[in-house]
Amino acid sequence: MDLTLTSDEQAFRDEVRTWLEDNHPGAGPEGDDSVRFEFQRDWQRKMHADGWAGVAWPKEYGGRGASLLEQTIFYSEMAAAKVPRPANILGLVMGGPVVMAHGDESQKERFLEPILSAEEIWCQGFSEPESGSDLASLKTRATKVDGGWSVTGQKVWTTLAHISKWCMLVARTDADVPKHKGLTYFICDMEQEGVEVRPLLQITGEAEFNEVFFNEAFVPDENVIGGVGNGWMVAITTLMNERAGLGASAAVGISNDLDALVEMINQRGLGSDPMLRQRIAKLKMGSEALRLGALRSLSSQIKTGIPGPEGSVLKWQWGSINQELTELATDALGSEGLESEQEWTYKMLRSRANSIEGGTTEVLKNIIAERVLGLPKLR
Amino acid sequence: MNFGLNDEQQEIKSTAKQFLESRFKPDVVRELAEEGRYDDALWQEICDLGWPGIAIAEENGGQGLGMVELAILCEELGYACAPIPFLSNAAAGLMIEAAGDEKQRARWLPGIASGEARGAAAMERGKEAVIVPDAEGAAVLVLPAAEGGVLVEPSEAELERLDLLDTTRGYYRVSASGGDPLGSGHEGAQRAMVALAAELTGLAQRALDMSVAYAKEREQFDRPIGAYQAVSHALARMLYDVEEARSLTYYAAWAADAEPDSLPLAAAMAKARASEAAWDVTKAAIQAHGGIGFTWEHDLHFLLKRARADGQMFGTASEHRERIAGMVGMA
Repeated sequence: MDLTLTSDEQAFRDEVRTWLEDNHPGAGPEGDDSVRFEFQRDWQRKMHADGWAGVAWPKEYGGRGASLLEQTIFYSEMAAAKVPRPANILGLVMGGPVVMAHGDESQKERFLEPILSAEEIWCQGFSEPESGSDLASLKTRATKVDGGWSVTGQKVWTTLAHISKWCMLVARTDADVPKHKGLTYFICDMEQEGVEVRPLLQITGEAEFNEVFFNEAFVPDENVIGGVGNGWMVAITTLMNERAGLGASAAVGISNDLDALVEMINQRGLGSDPMLRQRIAKLKMGSEALRLGALRSLSSQIKTGIPGPEGSVLKWQWGSINQELTELATDALGSEGLESEQEWTYKMLRSRANSIEGGTTEVLKNIIAERVLGLPKLR
Repeated sequence: MNFGLNDEQQEIKSTAKQFLESRFKPDVVRELAEEGRYDDALWQEICDLGWPGIAIAEENGGQGLGMVELAILCEELGYACAPIPFLSNAAAGLMIEAAGDEKQRARWLPGIASGEARGAAAMERGKEAVIVPDAEGAAVLVLPAAEGGVLVEPSEAELERLDLLDTTRGYYRVSASGGDPLGSGHEGAQRAMVALAAELTGLAQRALDMSVAYAKEREQFDRPIGAYQAVSHALARMLYDVEEARSLTYYAAWAADAEPDSLPLAAAMAKARASEAAWDVTKAAIQAHGGIGFTWEHDLHFLLKRARADGQMFGTASEHRERIAGMVGMA
């Protein structure tokens, strides 16, 4: 056991640090979403120009081919430097990896480079109004037509849909087989008449997500990924890709927020409040347990190829800490915590989604119970 | 960077697990706990393995390994819920090694390392009459003093055996005055907190494993109870608690030797989180077992009670949280 970085790892970290110092784009413009988006797109272009956009991607596909640990260092340094997210985040962490894993040569040729350069933005069409946790029950239907497929149905919680070129779309191509077997994974062009995007207003009053309506939208045969009927298997790969290396950087984000919270509490003269002190200490332990759990899981993955049991609780830990942290902040603010313009209040409201998005805590508990603890399934 | 056990540490862990499983079978633990005694032959075997001196420097008669190795043993001893005078002796060794002068180290550490002349350390600081686990039969007691600690020989102290919840260990109220003062500093106590956190992690892991096994086998309404989410989600929560305690504990154990500046905060976090986790997990284990878990004949209560006693030693979770708040800058 040794938590210090080796000299190679340190050299990599220093390289990342130096690059971030030299190229930090600043906090960026406030307000208008499209202005903000262009800022993030410029940022990704800069990352790509210096070979950092595809840090986890293999070199043959234009990436940096960084090891798991280097990816973790990279994401953690990004979080520590508080740089913005690259604009095409879903393409980078999900779309690209799926094309690399399941796509054919011409698909790789067609789709990968514009993901890295942020020329084509990607979104993910999985969840539906009636299919949330039970994803495989989804009803959006793709029917065979000449040269491709005709898609009709509705998707929801589709981040970035309004500015996306491509949608990672899972649709039902065979209704007569068991639900997991009748699905196909498509890359659907969002810029066509059969696709309508409507913003979905959330409890924070903003619209990060969208509803997407497909009305006989056309997807050509060459945009099927991994073969007809294999959609479930391909989709699972996407979901597995979602978290690799991100646990440690999430911990950095929490740690930044915790520092800001302690400062705010002190500024208000509440630093000696015994209840607040107990809660701050719990958050510190949670934040450290998240960081260390991510490193343990990573070490296990590097050594054995499999993340340890501690890896299964990371997302749950993160959501729960973020919710407690932002709630504590608004408690400390008193009636000021009720003001809509208050940043902490926004964060507190936004955090309510943390135990729902990317797998509800209830589903995570089911997965831990069945796959880690080996308990029997109810179904 | 590798936050995992290396091959040698893995070997220590599996050897310890195997050994303790064969020696401290549940009926042995029960017999010793019910009679409130230790088995001298088992202690001798553990001494022959060199465990008491694992983290003590070679020049002081130990094996010269580190806190991570000691934590591994403590975790496995906790898992076995072994009635053995190990922890108090280890704590005494850590405190004398950290704050003793050359003479004190030369006099006491070889006996502590071999287990032939045990030490015993008080579990609370700053109280007049203090509770000392395994005081009887020890060659030297480490008692709290205004600054650091003092070394007292049992013949110069009054010992009274206490009737505490946890009977897997002997607890004594000790009154003494004077003694041979140790140097100042908290490093020894912080290391002892890490050893305790490791034992607590082991206790919690055992309670979780017992609950998982029971939830697979016990059937109600024609299904194993582990298929019901009310039960399985509680078990998932237990895993969450155990893994957080383990991450913080091994980090603190590593920091003790490799990054001493981080030890005060790391040890406080480990002790607080492991105390809380072991208590929550053993409570939840009794609930998961239903009626049988509440009976004396089931072994869970030994874990619950030891978790309670360990939680009290070297500072409670809320005392450590109060200190953590200060260390993260709450004014």
